[in-house]
Amino acid sequence: MEYKMQLTDAQRAILEGSEGEVKAKVLETLVRFGEIFGAEKLVPVTHKEGHLVTSFGIGLLKPLFRTMDELIGAGLKAEGGFTVDPRPIDYENVRCNPLFKLIFSKIMYSKQADYERQLSKVGLSDADAFSCTCYLKEMGNRPGKGDVLSWAESSAVVFANSVLGARCNRNSGMLDLFGSIVGYVPYFGLLTDEGRKATWKVYVNTSVKPEAQILGSAIGMKVMEEVPYVYGLNKWLGEELNDENEAYLKNFGAATASNGAVGLYHIDKLTPEARESGEALITPDAKTYVIDDEELERVYKSYPVMWKEGAKAKLVFIGCPHLSYNELTLWAENIVEAVGRQGRKKVAVRTVLTASPAVVKRFESENAELKEKLYLTGARISSICPLMYTNNPLTKLQAIATNSNKLRTYSAARYYKDEEILKILSGEVQ
Amino acid sequence: MKTFKGRVIAGGNWEGEAVVSHGGFNTLATFQKSAMANKKEVIAADQNNKDIFGLNITGKALCLPITIGSTTGGLVIQTVSSMGINPKCFLFSEHIDSLAASGIVLARVWENSDVIAVDMLGEEFLNTVRTGDIVKVEEDGTVTIL
Repeated sequence: MEYKMQLTDAQRAILEGSEGEVKAKVLETLVRFGEIFGAEKLVPVTHKEGHLVTSFGIGLLKPLFRTMDELIGAGLKAEGGFTVDPRPIDYENVRCNPLFKLIFSKIMYSKQADYERQLSKVGLSDADAFSCTCYLKEMGNRPGKGDVLSWAESSAVVFANSVLGARCNRNSGMLDLFGSIVGYVPYFGLLTDEGRKATWKVYVNTSVKPEAQILGSAIGMKVMEEVPYVYGLNKWLGEELNDENEAYLKNFGAATASNGAVGLYHIDKLTPEARESGEALITPDAKTYVIDDEELERVYKSYPVMWKEGAKAKLVFIGCPHLSYNELTLWAENIVEAVGRQGRKKVAVRTVLTASPAVVKRFESENAELKEKLYLTGARISSICPLMYTNNPLTKLQAIATNSNKLRTYSAARYYKDEEILKILSGEVQ
Repeated sequence: MKTFKGRVIAGGNWEGEAVVSHGGFNTLATFQKSAMANKKEVIAADQNNKDIFGLNITGKALCLPITIGSTTGGLVIQTVSSMGINPKCFLFSEHIDSLAASGIVLARVWENSDVIAVDMLGEEFLNTVRTGDIVKVEEDGTVTIL
């Protein structure tokens, strides 16, 4: 077979079957994929730990399970290991009625246990490696500036590119694993200096610190898959990256990636490449988008409400993407305080906070008393994927409230600002 | 009769009926319901896509700008191709997106699928073709609305 891409002798040998038919197909997939985007070569993956988007053993994906069996049969695995998106089920902390359980366990995620065994065989880092926020310090899968990755999961890719300065394209499930197995990815798009140039200048001129999830949504819907350079956020975030800013940018980025298809953004004076190169990152013909209070409110009010008319919230999900340690602590404090302020002992609406297993462990270890107070309100902490939970068609009958713009986009959940969510779960408003 | 020339992603000769999505095509939302139920045909289930919601898209020429939605999109295209319930052709007006490209490559390499894909057919193509039109697709990326 002829390839346009410049390949090394070793890569050509693999394609010709020197390391087996299955590895040849794995590499052929990456080469063909890269050629569609004009990639002229493959480059080494320098941050070896991968991240996979497909964490769920959904019965529908039969070819996924068959392909995994082929990889396992050929003895192939990701030598650097990988983390993976959150599990779809947590009956202990996200309780389900018998009908939901039947649909989740017997129909939708009937292959979950089998699939997790397959993941282990091809390189899953450990049993707690399930989170969309693999890059948080507690999870430890944190690349450095300039590292080349083979990751999927749009919110993780945009964080790694923008906040950490790593280099990764928006990959599909399966190709994320293939790149980790062969140790190469095609060189195009966000891996190149040219592909990382901003084609939009975004000016944030708001009178208060904008809600990260709405700002990200507005920018995502405007620029779609292009790269924005954002001015004005340093007024609210300062000019040094810290845990608080990273959490803000995590939520902002997830919204840009799900409401649009953003894989990289630059924040003036804050993110690594903007600090290093500044406006040299912007193309001469960049378009302009100005965001003020009115524009944010317009975007917020444009979200369709998928609930039945007159419905009231039955379930609140906070943490998509998964919460950082500081976010989890702050939400726990705020919930305990807000519920008490209303003269209540329990939350008015069933509430689930989601965070990675490593963050939950740290919270339990360092905040045992706060966790006990939180649990007395009836709120729960889980490492589930809220998106996978809402994938169940029955959840469309539930009125789910969330502060996640990603969850709103992919489900019938209704988006509320953080302050509104607190009022709903504490019973201050319905 | 009007002819357009695009870039071949996965070539083939074919003639058949078009279904047209003017907005981004949400792969998971469209295919999930039929594939989960092991149906022999896909009835498009994305309620946000009024152009194709409720239409049978199996064996048709799906005309679209790009795909959108979950990064499982590539796997879903591979899945429906393995089940033989995929659209026969994907005809993109824009440059194919990375998720659809993954799906087409996975279907070809891992499922020996004969799915056809042509991209960069241009905005005028999508403005011209209508659901129900008969289109002819040629090996070199020529698409003719008959």
